[in-house]
Amino acid sequence: MEVFVSALTIFVLALFVGFEVISKVPPLLHTPLMSGANAISGITLVGTLVTSGMKLTTFTTILGLAAVIMATANVVGGFLVTHRMLEMFHTKKEVK
Amino acid sequence: MPREYINLFYLLASVCFIIGLKLLSHPRTAVRGNLLGALGMLIAIVVTLLDRRIVSYEVIIAGLVIGALIGAIMAYKAPMTAMPQVVAIFNGFGGGASALAVGAALEEALKGGFIEEIDIVFTVSAAASGLIGGISLTGSGVAFAKLQGLIEERPILLPGRHAINLALLIVCIALSAWLIVNPVFSLPYWLMVIVASVLGILLVIPIGGADMPVVISLLNAYSGIAAAGHGWVLNNSVLIISGSLVGSAGFILTALMCKAMNRSLANVMFAGVGTIVATESESDSIYAGRVKSASPEEVAMLLEGARKVIIVPGYGMAVAQAQYPIKDLTDLLESRGIEVEFAIHPVAGRMPGHMNVLLAEVDIPYDKLKEMDEINPEFKETDVVLVIGANDVVNPLARNSSDPSNPIAGMPILNVDEARSVVVIKRSLAPGFAGIPNPLFAADNCLMLFSDAKKAIMDLANALKS
Repeated sequence: MEVFVSALTIFVLALFVGFEVISKVPPLLHTPLMSGANAISGITLVGTLVTSGMKLTTFTTILGLAAVIMATANVVGGFLVTHRMLEMFHTKKEVK
Repeated sequence: MPREYINLFYLLASVCFIIGLKLLSHPRTAVRGNLLGALGMLIAIVVTLLDRRIVSYEVIIAGLVIGALIGAIMAYKAPMTAMPQVVAIFNGFGGGASALAVGAALEEALKGGFIEEIDIVFTVSAAASGLIGGISLTGSGVAFAKLQGLIEERPILLPGRHAINLALLIVCIALSAWLIVNPVFSLPYWLMVIVASVLGILLVIPIGGADMPVVISLLNAYSGIAAAGHGWVLNNSVLIISGSLVGSAGFILTALMCKAMNRSLANVMFAGVGTIVATESESDSIYAGRVKSASPEEVAMLLEGARKVIIVPGYGMAVAQAQYPIKDLTDLLESRGIEVEFAIHPVAGRMPGHMNVLLAEVDIPYDKLKEMDEINPEFKETDVVLVIGANDVVNPLARNSSDPSNPIAGMPILNVDEARSVVVIKRSLAPGFAGIPNPLFAADNCLMLFSDAKKAIMDLANALKS
């Protein structure tokens, strides 16, 4: 129960931090915000790594492999595509 | 590395994510913000690999390499117009990974190979994570297929779909309850993920293309919540924090998109808007004899005499890839001392901020891209408004009508009809996504330039040059 309450505390506080931080992002950057946040949601990779490295049964190994592939694609692709988009916004001022 | 140290590094990663998201709020700092987020992710991954429980690295390395290749290829190959699909598919990967990984963790826990005990928190969060992850996986898949044009973009309505969806949800809850009450085998979990996956398909199929900004935002929130659920299962704080950060980002964007259409989330999700298309006679009574068509040369003359021009892009611009000639036209007008600005409606395109990305791609400075509330008072002092591939977001019926059968009644619009003249570049008088005629096209100050958006802009630029 103690573990549950501390996890709940973290969860709720992080929701509030998220609302505060993200509501300040202007509509101009909503697409990069979304794809950047999307990349962060690939954090699930961290959980899948341990699971897939434990070599318990063939079934969990296959599940782990599939999960690692999907999560890695999410993380790598998400950050790269966000970077590509943001570079386009970024370079403008310097050029002008 | 002992678990306490790992957790300290996880805290560092979480801080990187929060500051990274904060830096995303300005174009000048956003690149750094994204890099900081990536750094946080790298820290989290590296310390996780030092976990003593990992006995074999072959599978991990294989997965990392294959996944990174898939992600990098998709991220670099995709054209900017395909961004909504790309975000959708990555979203689906995230949700799917959570559902699979939670399942794997459950298998391990049942075999006793897990450090945590199977208690009610474990099973409840596993069930929630599997449910939301499953919906997010297939829902994103359907959104991808719709955006990519692989399946019909208009809503596909099954008879009795609400009853079917409700029944599927009840089955999911029942299977979850089975798992929670009697956590001895994993079958209920996998059955539930399968049913949730079917539910994900059925939930997105009845939603039309123009409502995709809401769907993508919501699926984004789901993938975050699924990751947070995964964090509860593993009792891992960085997963919980990142998951809820992403969840709030998704929910904020969902709420903003709904507000920009003056519709409730339930209406977007369940009403199947976009299936009814105006009949010929309805449109005729509005358009008959009043629509004026113009040639590119006439529009060019109008532009030459203007001091201020506002361009209103819509999804049609993305489809026609018209952003490149728009940049040329903008440069041409500006070289003649004409002020050019862009008016961006929050739901223009297929995802939040879609138009901004396309215009940034062709090097249009971001300070020329104006939000709706900022630019609406300016239309009165504008000589020419060019509406390119947009329809419902400039329909005055939204402002004037309180008719409940009008799907866009009360939706905030760009008040382009207040400008001295409006030129609408469109292939035909066909209704927009909402399926209703647009009285703007018949207004006295409106000219129609019937053409493909890209060709029309190129013709306009050529006419201006000669």
